[in-house]
Amino acid sequence: MGKSIIQKIWDSHQVVQEENKPDLLYIDLHYIHEVTSPQAFEGLRIKERSVRRPDRTFATMDHNVPTYNRYFIQDEIARNQLDALAKNCRDFGIRLADLNSEEQGIVHVIGPELGLTNPGMTIVCGDSHTSTHGAFGALAFGIGTSEVEHVLATQTLWQTKPKTLKLQINGTLQEGVTAKDVILYIISKFGVTFGTGYVIEYCGAVISSMSMEERMTICNMSIEGGARAGLVSPDETTISYLKGRKYVSAGIEFEKAANKWRSFASDDDAEYDKILEIEGADISPMVSWGTNPGMSSPVDEQIPVLESAVSPTDKKSLASALQYMGLSEGMDIEAIPVQHVFIGSCTNSRMEDLRAAAHWVKGRRVKEGVRALVVPGSQNVKKLAEAEGLDDIFRDAGFEWRDSGCSMCLSMNPDVVPPGEHCASTSNRNFEGRQGAGARTHLVSPVMAAAAAVYGRFVDIRKEEYSRVETVHS
Amino acid sequence: MKPITIVTGKAAILDRVNVDTDQIIPKQFLKRIERTGFGQFLFYNWRYDEHGTEREDFELNQPQNKNASILIAGENFGCGSSREHAPWSLLDYGFSIIIAPSFADIFYQNCFKNGILPIKLNHEEVETLMAVCAGDQAITVDLPNQHVKSGTGFNAHFDIHPYWKELLVNGWDEISITLRYGPQIDAFEKASGI
Repeated sequence: MGKSIIQKIWDSHQVVQEENKPDLLYIDLHYIHEVTSPQAFEGLRIKERSVRRPDRTFATMDHNVPTYNRYFIQDEIARNQLDALAKNCRDFGIRLADLNSEEQGIVHVIGPELGLTNPGMTIVCGDSHTSTHGAFGALAFGIGTSEVEHVLATQTLWQTKPKTLKLQINGTLQEGVTAKDVILYIISKFGVTFGTGYVIEYCGAVISSMSMEERMTICNMSIEGGARAGLVSPDETTISYLKGRKYVSAGIEFEKAANKWRSFASDDDAEYDKILEIEGADISPMVSWGTNPGMSSPVDEQIPVLESAVSPTDKKSLASALQYMGLSEGMDIEAIPVQHVFIGSCTNSRMEDLRAAAHWVKGRRVKEGVRALVVPGSQNVKKLAEAEGLDDIFRDAGFEWRDSGCSMCLSMNPDVVPPGEHCASTSNRNFEGRQGAGARTHLVSPVMAAAAAVYGRFVDIRKEEYSRVETVHS
Repeated sequence: MKPITIVTGKAAILDRVNVDTDQIIPKQFLKRIERTGFGQFLFYNWRYDEHGTEREDFELNQPQNKNASILIAGENFGCGSSREHAPWSLLDYGFSIIIAPSFADIFYQNCFKNGILPIKLNHEEVETLMAVCAGDQAITVDLPNQHVKSGTGFNAHFDIHPYWKELLVNGWDEISITLRYGPQIDAFEKASGI
């Protein structure tokens, strides 16, 4: 019997295997940021412990950094947290991409673009969207602060072996349907807990033909379906993305590494605990209308009616979601008004996302009364986008063009949606209060967000002129 | 970490599903660099209105749910963000035991590192227990014997990985256990050429 990539990575990272214990797994790479690390460093200091492998630890500032006037941080508590990260990195010898660094950006954007994230690795970070790095064929998952401290001190984690889930996406996608729509469709179809206890391997023709950035969007939201990790077996798309990246070796060393990476791909006869299959052609542009990502529907449909709920519990959560969102049952998705648009976050802030949105807004105007932000995922993405003139396209259309950071995905910085207002957002969570107390989030793809900015409501991008979303791979 | 063995106490009921960590502890309270003092912010947006006044319709503000050490909730409790501020705020508020039909994976792990026992019971058991506790009935959680009991005859067994149980019962610091495996970690790094 062959092995899946999940099994291969697990087997090659076991340090200790004892009865009645989880396995002790070696962690190849540990990303840290300002919000979930300070208490971990405090723990190390109290016990007089050191960081075992500072060379396998990489830090950035992303969660609470301002995206406008970024060197002038008015929020004193946020500034303290950034200062604490800088001091901790200095004291323990950890590389830090701070606000002055051209490497700075959202941790799940910079890791891949710098070539730090490689196939076959175990990767952790105190952030649930660490699953993003799974796009490279890495076993990457989010951890809490105690586990951050544990990895800093030991470079390992005690982990129980997850179950494996193969999710195959067949065929091709319709024009105007993007990776974001695929993952929203998956979560709306299978629910927000279908992946709990599993690591998902995404595969099939739709995944094989996707770029790395599209795969990252899919893997990023694995956690919204309950799975700590989701990944894609490495292939030639993976290898060519990594070639020439800053922290990837060149020449013969690269060829050696590439061969090793290829060997992690799942064997054809690998077995899984569960297999799910969907057809790419069944997927429409999606819009979330409720308070978790499973509450999403095709843009040309309606918000479900309460009678459609399968249980009293479902009915109760549907009613409570609609009340929070200020929407009524049976309403057309296209009739939902939009006052804010956010293009950014670790889900959709990379070059292809910005190109797709810019391509569509070129020559159009943001509707009066709509506030629209574009927040590149990293300073490098910002630089590349400016070199292509995307910033001018966005500005000319009435968008604000910002510096990189997590921004309005969780609104820990000053980018907040006011209570009761609707935001078309390319981020990953539409939980109550996520973008600000009382804020109403709708998760969509970058091109759907761009169209919502122009119309002040959701529109079916498939019916629009220039609807073709050109994927220009970076 | 404070050990957990047998806990008898009042249970608060939060009959909601998919309670996410953004609700347990909203993002505006994640900027502190301490581990302590988060209880005052627990469920902040549900607990308080925009003027900082307690919302009467929120379950935990109701008298029958005050001063409880056990929380009973619906499925997929703790979904979303990995923020450990969620278990910190639950513990600081007074909950050391959480009972639900299911938990999100990261939250479940985070509990064990902080002296919180997350107990999975099946849907029917959770429903029955909610009914039992609605009458202000104290219940007993016995971790060494892995059961939840009430004076009214409710008795349910729960499963827990023996390793997490050992950590909680003894209140052990996991890092000091792992550091004893230093030679194995050294050997692994050497063999892998890292």
